Amino acid sequence: MITAAVAEQETYLNAGHGIKSWLLTKDHKRIGLLYLFTVTFFFFIGGIFATLIRVELLSPNGNLVSSETYNKLFTMHGVVMVFFFLLPSIPATLGNFVLPLMIGARDLAFPRINLLSWYLLVVGGLFAIFAMVAGGVDTGWTFYTPYSTSYSNTWVIATALGIFIAGFSSILTGLNFIVTVHRMRCPGMTWFRMPLFVWAHYATALIQVLGTPVLAVTLVLVLCERLFHIGIFDPALGGDPVLFQHLFWFYSHPAVYIMILPAMGVISELISTFSRKAIFGYGFVAFSSVAIAVLGFLVWGHHLFVSGQSFFAGMVFSFLSYFVAIPSAIKVFNWTATLYKGSISYATPMLYAFGFIGLFTIGGLTGLFVAALGIDVHVTDTYFVVAHFHYIMVGGAIMGYLGGLHFWWPKMTGRMYPEGWAKISALVIFLGFNLTFFPQFILGYLGMPRRYHVYPNEFQVLHVLSTAGASVLAVGYMMPLVYFIWSLKYGAIAGRNPWRATGLEWQTESPPPVHNFDVIPVVTHDAYDYSTVIGEEVHVG
Amino acid sequence: MSFRLFPVEASSISAEVDQLLFFLIAVSAFFTVVIFAAIFYFAIRYRRRSDNELPRPIPGNIPLEVAWSVIPFGLAMVMFGWGASIFFRERRPPDNALPIYVVAKQWMWKLQHPEGQREINELHIPVGRPVKLTMTSEDVIHSFFVPAFRTKQDVVPGRYTTTWFTATTPGKYHLFCAEYCGTNHSRMGGWIYVMEPEDYQAWLSGSTPGATLAENGQKLFENLACVNCHKAEGSGRCPDLTGLFGKDVKLADGTTVKADEGYIRESILRPEAKIVYGYQPVMPTFQGLVTEENVLGLVEYIKSLGPNPGAGQAEGLAAPGSR
Repeated sequence: MITAAVAEQETYLNAGHGIKSWLLTKDHKRIGLLYLFTVTFFFFIGGIFATLIRVELLSPNGNLVSSETYNKLFTMHGVVMVFFFLLPSIPATLGNFVLPLMIGARDLAFPRINLLSWYLLVVGGLFAIFAMVAGGVDTGWTFYTPYSTSYSNTWVIATALGIFIAGFSSILTGLNFIVTVHRMRCPGMTWFRMPLFVWAHYATALIQVLGTPVLAVTLVLVLCERLFHIGIFDPALGGDPVLFQHLFWFYSHPAVYIMILPAMGVISELISTFSRKAIFGYGFVAFSSVAIAVLGFLVWGHHLFVSGQSFFAGMVFSFLSYFVAIPSAIKVFNWTATLYKGSISYATPMLYAFGFIGLFTIGGLTGLFVAALGIDVHVTDTYFVVAHFHYIMVGGAIMGYLGGLHFWWPKMTGRMYPEGWAKISALVIFLGFNLTFFPQFILGYLGMPRRYHVYPNEFQVLHVLSTAGASVLAVGYMMPLVYFIWSLKYGAIAGRNPWRATGLEWQTESPPPVHNFDVIPVVTHDAYDYSTVIGEEVHVG
Repeated sequence: MSFRLFPVEASSISAEVDQLLFFLIAVSAFFTVVIFAAIFYFAIRYRRRSDNELPRPIPGNIPLEVAWSVIPFGLAMVMFGWGASIFFRERRPPDNALPIYVVAKQWMWKLQHPEGQREINELHIPVGRPVKLTMTSEDVIHSFFVPAFRTKQDVVPGRYTTTWFTATTPGKYHLFCAEYCGTNHSRMGGWIYVMEPEDYQAWLSGSTPGATLAENGQKLFENLACVNCHKAEGSGRCPDLTGLFGKDVKLADGTTVKADEGYIRESILRPEAKIVYGYQPVMPTFQGLVTEENVLGLVEYIKSLGPNPGAGQAEGLAAPGSR
């Protein structure tokens, strides 16, 4: 797959041949690529479900598919996108590939466990695919009880087992990252010289390790009630249905930060590299990641404001939710301030970074709306919430993922992607995204409930706009798939450091050798010291 | 085809919620414009002109960090307080509210008026009078959502939740189920008809009520032989229920509990859960013997047993989920 020009020297790509050399690899870079194929596959599966949902919603009468099918479509869209795309996307692909390189390590601390993590995701994914092919599941990705345990006649058990297994993939990846960051940093790579991508992944790993077991326990309880009718959540069996919501969101709210923190880490790298300046307020940006990880565990009850949870619990969770807003705001302000008196390039990764800041700002600010009790009572379980979390998880996390993929593509493959096409894709995705999801804020405030197969006619115009946006978005997402594959053969040779970035990953070959560095680097500068990479510099600012 | 960008305001709380929304939009628009303008300005003003440019490093600025942490935090606290004060009022029904009982099931809303009128997927209420809903579900979780009233409350099996509103404008408004509840979730809707008081009276007398809810409850109380133990004047083996509703009840474990709808429901279906001080746990469960609608009749009957008739209906009620 890599041509002769690159293949002359030994790289991680040509060090072994045949399918076995990939399926039994312990190289974090190859495992990163295995994850890349896997999550790309799931992204397009989830995308097909999204497409069918949007096409169905062109008409208010639900005349494309049946209600049963529609309910399965949005459930499987959520399950696939959250558990098999977003959660592993940045940490397991980009994190796996570049985190050891960034700290000057030869691999992750536990290479075999790293391979096991990938197998767990694949096995979990096979369970989910089996459930989809066998007939699907219709509980919503949130599995609310007692519907999921006592009422749904769909493939709940297979799907829940798939998520349960994939959860261990996430836990082990997190564990690997924590140990690697503690134990494998090269000489001179102190904590406060680490790139902010590493800080963000460290914070993410804490959530993966501490939060995911709660999801696992919750799913086991769902299985116990569904299989053996042990009364845990179903009041008819003596259980408490709201207890499930507490347990589910105790994981699933922090899980949002598993999706967005790594993207924030990517954005810090991009903003710095393409403005050629150290991130303004490095310490604040680093610690805001940790603050988000910690505070993220204290706000789950804001998903339960109208659940029957007590009034005082609602007050406390609303109050605490506003604390999470501050570290997010700190990041956005610091990224913006980094641009001041910088040397700003408009390369594609930077366009994605700008897009991220724009969409994340809107997503974050609308988080202030849903954290306000009086507003949330009206907008919860409507399209307002759907729009809000898509701005964070698609506008934020996927923009970050694509920005990072463009940024490190030359390192991963040794080839440049076509810059013109890539810029167009960034623009198309940004516009398509806003056209898809901005109308949904208006729909939600109007009162359009989420997970509705049929809906009143007065909402149709906004749904049609949203579907039009989704078509644009689909084109935007197809473009990188095509030109990335094209670039493997036809892309320009990248060289070690095409962006003149400061990270240690840019000091080794592209693609890197199996053991990353011929000589383990010794770090003598802070992260983002561009005087080390710019030769005959022209001072500005 | 009708098309709107903003929902109608039809309850006493709607305008308050919308005012907070406008405040949030204003704050958000301000920060969005500031951030977008800064990014565009910097990106153009400081665009890279030569490949070898090296900007002077700027490590950070503590006063700036403090400013852009503290100012947003202050604004966030205003949002919290404002939102919480609306929520506080949304959760406390006034004493004179008209009680309506709601039983949700896959996929319909069953609503009952205290005078006995029953409705399905429709609710007729008078304008200008607070209406309090006491709700439960026969199967999965549903959610009672009236966008024009800016109100929503999950309807949970196994317990009562409550909500209330005062409609301000006569008209016909959407009722939606907002919590995903299975195949026909999106068809589990209906209409709220807000009527002028005289139209409402005409509607009430025009529909055939049969017996009132409390009368149905009383009949059941006799048929199920509750009356054999729960004798008036406290002569039976079980507590006298006269004047019970709204009182604090002392329990065998030393705690007290307020006798609200949820307590009475629990005592019928799970009598062993809270034993009244001085009594033995001798009451059998009525789980499976009575429907949720039967239980609502019994609750309404026990409410009507106040020392002065109707006192039960005038009681201030506990917050939802206070079980």
